[in-house]
Amino acid sequence: MLLTFLVATALAVVRLRSLFAVVMLSGIYSLVTAGIFIALDAVDVAFTEAAVGAGIATMLMLGTLRLTGHRQVAPRHSPLLPLLVVTITGGVLLWGTRDMPRFGDPAAPVHHHVAPRYIEDSPTEVGVPNMVTSVLASYRGFDTLGETVVVFTAGVGVLALLGIGGRRRRDEGAEDTDDDGGTRPG
Amino acid sequence: MFAAAAICILVVMALALARAFLGPTVCDRILAVNMFGTKTVLLIAVYGFLTGRPDFLDIAITYALINFIGVIAVLKFVEGIADSEQQPRPDEF
Repeated sequence: MLLTFLVATALAVVRLRSLFAVVMLSGIYSLVTAGIFIALDAVDVAFTEAAVGAGIATMLMLGTLRLTGHRQVAPRHSPLLPLLVVTITGGVLLWGTRDMPRFGDPAAPVHHHVAPRYIEDSPTEVGVPNMVTSVLASYRGFDTLGETVVVFTAGVGVLALLGIGGRRRRDEGAEDTDDDGGTRPG
Repeated sequence: MFAAAAICILVVMALALARAFLGPTVCDRILAVNMFGTKTVLLIAVYGFLTGRPDFLDIAITYALINFIGVIAVLKFVEGIADSEQQPRPDEF
């Protein structure tokens, strides 16, 4: 059912021309994905998806729309070539999954490497009820820390760039631009 | 009982989704997204009880917070877009 919603949302995103509606629908898409992640018991991933996909990404897209415009121009070239490329890529990807073990197959190699240790020992070793959480936050803690550092650095870089641009615009005496949204008092 | 509730919530989600697809004005779509977020919160809560893990309630609460803040931010931005144009035309988004 949720997957049906996902497909319907994706089709609507492709079909619509109003970019504002597309941003709204991508927010819905993220929420549906988060629901699917919760159904798959990956609570942290769902959390990140909801916060980043439905929260931050929607904000960034809307900020971009404010700077550019919210109406998509009709494409000048035929959509056939991109469609062909996408179809071929999808076909190759599907063909590539034929070698993979079936979903949920207990004999798959991924279930014999470190997963038994996670499953059997994580309640005593880490003490977190959710297994995905313990893997993300403890067993792969350094990975998560590295990701956080990367995201933080990117955020600092973007803030530095936006800050310089905002100051210059203010020096020119233009009208109140309020690019960084939310810092406006009141 | 919980299963029936979950099915009802899924139906409501489908209706909200239809409004988000069709909705001619920007307000329709924002309301649909808000509605969809609320239904996601409810679905997570009901799903938690359905699978016997009421811990999911905490997650549902956080989702509600994200949803609330997100909708307010979206409305702020829409206000900004409408202000930046000379005459606000909310039915043209």
